[in-house]
Amino acid sequence: MIAGLTVDWQTVTDAVALGAIYALMAVGIGLVFGVLRLVNFAYGQLIMAGAFALALAGEWNWPVWGGILLCFAVVLVLSLLMDRLVFRPLRTESPAVMLVATFAVAFLLQSIALLKFGGLGRTALSLASLERPVTIAGVDIRKITIVAVAATVVCLVTLLVILERTEVGLHMRAAAMDFRTARLLGVRASRVIGGAVLISGFLAAVAAIMLTVEETSQVTPAFGLDDTIIVLAGVVVGGLNRLLPATLGGFAIGFAYGFLGGALSSNQSQYLPSFVFGAVIVVLVLRPGGLFTRHGQGAIERV
Amino acid sequence: MRRVEPVTALIGPLALVGLTALLGTATSLSTRTYFITALINVAIVVALYLFIGNSGVLSFGHISFVAVGAWTAGVLAVPAAPKAAIMPGLAHLLRTTTVGNVPSLAIAAGVGGIYALVVGLPLMRLSGLTAGIATFAILEITHNILRYWEKIGPQLNAFSSVPATTGLLQAGVGAAIAVVIAFAYQRTRFGRLLRAARDDVAAARAVGISIYRQRLVAFALSGALAGLAGGLYIHLEPLGVEDLYLDLTFITLAMLVIGGANSLLGAVVGALAVSGVNYSLANAENGGFLQHYPGTHLVVVGAFMAIVLVARPSGLTGGRELSVPRLQSDKVEP
Repeated sequence: MIAGLTVDWQTVTDAVALGAIYALMAVGIGLVFGVLRLVNFAYGQLIMAGAFALALAGEWNWPVWGGILLCFAVVLVLSLLMDRLVFRPLRTESPAVMLVATFAVAFLLQSIALLKFGGLGRTALSLASLERPVTIAGVDIRKITIVAVAATVVCLVTLLVILERTEVGLHMRAAAMDFRTARLLGVRASRVIGGAVLISGFLAAVAAIMLTVEETSQVTPAFGLDDTIIVLAGVVVGGLNRLLPATLGGFAIGFAYGFLGGALSSNQSQYLPSFVFGAVIVVLVLRPGGLFTRHGQGAIERV
Repeated sequence: MRRVEPVTALIGPLALVGLTALLGTATSLSTRTYFITALINVAIVVALYLFIGNSGVLSFGHISFVAVGAWTAGVLAVPAAPKAAIMPGLAHLLRTTTVGNVPSLAIAAGVGGIYALVVGLPLMRLSGLTAGIATFAILEITHNILRYWEKIGPQLNAFSSVPATTGLLQAGVGAAIAVVIAFAYQRTRFGRLLRAARDDVAAARAVGISIYRQRLVAFALSGALAGLAGGLYIHLEPLGVEDLYLDLTFITLAMLVIGGANSLLGAVVGALAVSGVNYSLANAENGGFLQHYPGTHLVVVGAFMAIVLVARPSGLTGGRELSVPRLQSDKVEP
């Protein structure tokens, strides 16, 4: 079935870039899950909003940095609003209710975008120069690949420092392990959750900027939706309960998607979602706790 | 411990279905489609309820059973003459077989049930969020295959030439069948064992309930109801593969949770309430008070769903049947 597989370095580097962006999104989703036990399905719509901000700033002839700033501002404000208006009142509800509530938010944001910008959306071209390749050791590598990988590494290292070296990071890790005990020991819930939501929004903005170059400059109301679904699958496959497995899961599924999408011929790659999600099911059935978790670390149904 | 619902608890949901169908007969032909769609939504949400409400496990995969049911009924019911023109790549058996309205619905339910059973064999071993994502994967795979495989349907094109047999009567009867089956199921031994397992996994295991088997039974049965709903839907209007995908998944799940996922009445109320808001606003855009703001109804529906969920997380009915004491919902930290 994979007879027509053609591998070149360009496919591999593109796949690495997609994997890096998906890893960022995986961290954003995993971080909020850690403190809230909430899978934020509206994460894709945050990315969509950021991409629209970038596209609009381009239309208004803002300088590139202005567009990037606007993108961050829009995504961060939306994240905080979401936390305030939806997550906070529902914090004590069952995960199912919270998940469906994020559906409703996703649906709401998407229909607002549809109403405002139409089905075709806008184009974000301010960073299109990153599409151009540079040649390293005879291999043409698109600049965005380098930027995406560098940005991911910087973000992840910074996050690691925050989590390991600062007080709020310590609180976040404690809250992710056992929220109730952490609160008893003086961790302030809303501060920890607010911090996680902010960082998660920051990563969404970075992912939004990268995706407008890496995937498509056409920003539609459905921008980022498919990516979020794939990342969610990757996060669960990796292991949702801990950040590192979740990140690895996000990277792995992004790499697999980018690699197979580039390497398969088009009449095979049209069935790519089936292959990837088929693999997801196989992994989930064989290792329900996650692929990259040690035995016994996975999510067990609490009794 | 929950007692078995008295048969009178069936009256509420059935009355709502009947009332919707009756109200529909009093409206103009164009408005009637809204009522018919609302009744089909009831069938879909009741199918969702049969599994999610009784097992407590979320499923994002049920719209794939609706889609498979729609495809089955559609392919089988298109008359032989236009069939070759619309779907030139169809497999031989499907190309040469054409059945009537009722058989096509029955087969759609059967295929939906069998598909859910096959899918459930591995998936029902999972629980919690893992199960949710796995059912999501089924939705993605089903959507992907229906979209590209020319041997089983029209690919990206909408189904045309399917006899439009789903009127108020057929949709009402279909929704009523779904309600009665879901009600009958939760009164059987299977239904009670599954609800016991939902309320207390450890105790259920301790008394020897096979949670896997109980979930599988519910999954297959609700897959059959979803298949039936898909059959009803394709006999109403020409649907394409994109109509039976994420949006419908979101909306129907939201209907279930808004109504109250723990009761059959909640499923019916949620489906009718959201459909009602959706269609009255859509109507207001066509010449009503929203006529200068086309497209706003989706925004309002989204906001409506979010507000109801935040204000009443246990749903409009709070998980109650008529005259049945309320179940305690599971609270999870934080």
